[in-house]
Amino acid sequence: MKFLLYLLCAHSKYFDFYNYLCFLLKLYSKKQENMKILVCISHVPDTTSKINFTEGNTKFDTNGVQFVINPNDEFGLTRAMWFKEKQGASVDVINVGGTETEPTLRKALAIGADAAIRVNTEAKDGFAVAKELAKVVTDGNYDLVIAGRESIDYNGGMVPGMLASMIDANFVTNCIHLEVEGNNAKAVREIDGGKESVSTTLPLVIGGQKGLVEESDLRIPNMRGIMMARKKPLTVLEPTTSTTETNSVSFEKPVPKGAVTLVDADNIDQLINLLHNEAKVI
Amino acid sequence: MSILVYTESDNGQFKKTALEVVSYGKAIADKIGTTVTAIAINVNDTSELGNYGASKVLNVSNESLNTFNAKAYAGIIQQAAEKEGSDVVVLSSSADSKYLAPLLAVGLDAGYASNVVEAPSNITPFTVKRTAFTNKAFTNTEITTATKIVGLSNNSFGLVEASGSATTEDFSPSLPESGVVVESVDKATDKVTIADAEVVVSGGRGLKGPENWGLVEDLADVLGAATACSKPVSDLGWRPHSEHVGQTGKPVASNLYIAIGISGAIQHLAGINSSKVKVVINTDPEAPFFKAADYGIVGDAFEVIPQLTEKLKAFKAQNA
Ligand SMILES: Cc1cc2nc3c(=O)[nH]c(=O)nc-3n(C[C@H](O)[C@H](O)[C@H](O)COP(=O)(O)OP(=O)(O)OC[C@H]3O[C@@H](n4cnc5c(N)ncnc54)[C@H](O)[C@@H]3O)c2cc1C
Repeated sequence: MKFLLYLLCAHSKYFDFYNYLCFLLKLYSKKQENMKILVCISHVPDTTSKINFTEGNTKFDTNGVQFVINPNDEFGLTRAMWFKEKQGASVDVINVGGTETEPTLRKALAIGADAAIRVNTEAKDGFAVAKELAKVVTDGNYDLVIAGRESIDYNGGMVPGMLASMIDANFVTNCIHLEVEGNNAKAVREIDGGKESVSTTLPLVIGGQKGLVEESDLRIPNMRGIMMARKKPLTVLEPTTSTTETNSVSFEKPVPKGAVTLVDADNIDQLINLLHNEAKVI
Repeated sequence: MSILVYTESDNGQFKKTALEVVSYGKAIADKIGTTVTAIAINVNDTSELGNYGASKVLNVSNESLNTFNAKAYAGIIQQAAEKEGSDVVVLSSSADSKYLAPLLAVGLDAGYASNVVEAPSNITPFTVKRTAFTNKAFTNTEITTATKIVGLSNNSFGLVEASGSATTEDFSPSLPESGVVVESVDKATDKVTIADAEVVVSGGRGLKGPENWGLVEDLADVLGAATACSKPVSDLGWRPHSEHVGQTGKPVASNLYIAIGISGAIQHLAGINSSKVKVVINTDPEAPFFKAADYGIVGDAFEVIPQLTEKLKAFKAQNA
């Protein structure tokens, strides 16, 4: 490219013009390098939480529940930190939720994100959350959005796909590997019974999970990170929509299971008999 | 008006979940007095769907669709729903259906409920029961939009035969441009997947090392089962990540789940709880899995499993 420009300009009075074009080219490729990433952070009960409900089984009981970054999102956040460290990307994190989610966002900042955004509304359903995210992604010109394939509270698994569709971005879910070079991305998706390699382009939305990075790559905030996180910006935006498409009206807990039937280790025939005649599964 | 169901296939043959979504669609159709239309892509013989309650099958034949593409498939289902004027679209919970569902939801301005486990308890307002908190609870969810998408949990409704036959119509929708190109697919074709398996045999850290997985595989072979593992087993690299089941891995909703040397941590149980019958083999009688299981043997897997495999082989030979 440069060479062509040179041929065009070198032997003419436009030599300054050549320099100017080079400068523009540099600016352009620099812009390419600085990918803007938004990582979606869902604020969910710790995996060991006992799940209970209040107000006549209409509300999740948060009493005594410890909240964490959604595990699927944590893998995405670490992958984003690698893009920052190795490819100079900027990484913002976002949550759609009330003030109670801010400690979770601060944790993401302590892990290394540059800035956080909270859209100040209760996350009522996947559609409403995707709508809020779509506005932020469009206004902020993000190139890559990394969300989790699902959050472990409502397990809707719809926010990243809806977001991609709303902003007309490419979309890969159950993503277990991701590389981005310039405008091009290569990803691996886990499918039933195997995996699939795909190529695509930015803007791109990812539904991430373990594999994007390994468990051992996950980062725990250190003291310095925690101190720095306090000074990083956390912007609160007001929601733009109140429309929902689904409405969780009540909750139920699974019926308690009967006691286990123990079979003696020397009496395997009995187990086969039970599975065949009682459980009817073989 | 009809109920539209997307009937998934593999190499031109319907998957079992296809028959399940038809059965489910038929239950809704009977409730509101309408019929079931199925949309199938590159299926050789669609007549089977009539036996589960479909009256019409829209069959799309197009070589370029042999590899799944979420955007293209969502576009096809959307056009079928528009053509049929469907108020309700039913999908399965396969990885592919979960991939395309949110794209379809935006395309149809439809509310989408995933992981649904029962027929709707109410039609107006349209209310379905779905799992939440990774199988630790259920939520009754209303879908308030005119068009509704239900993602049915695999193996939750079962197959219900109906008398009837389905007419087949060729359908040639326009295909949207897709920005995601599949370069290669790496899939064991000779093995049943965790998602489709009736029986899953799963191993944990109690098996001590990858060299002992022959135990799990031999048992799985006899049962025609898929193999799975606990999270630490995949983290340690003993088994591929694709076998990791549980809250942060794949969900299991098989008829029979056999856990060998798995302690039964809450995160593991959350993912496999939808399985109908659970069997545990563990040396430790205090292992939490015994509280979640239907049948259990307190014993050493290295002694119990080879015996179980041999005896099942004999049993299968007798009952074949
Ligand atoms: C955020 C988070 C998410 C998680 N998600 C998941 C998940 O999705 N899936 C998952 O599986 N785990 C998950 N875990 C991990 C979970 O907490 C447990 O650590 C894990 O399930 C234990 O695996 P295990 O049962 O194989 O190993 P262990 O807990 O070490 O249990 C091994 C068992 O084998 C038994 N045993 C030993 N020798 C023998 C023998 N010879 N014969 C028979 N039995 C024997 C022992 O008595 C013991 O009960 C998660 C943890 C966290 C923190």
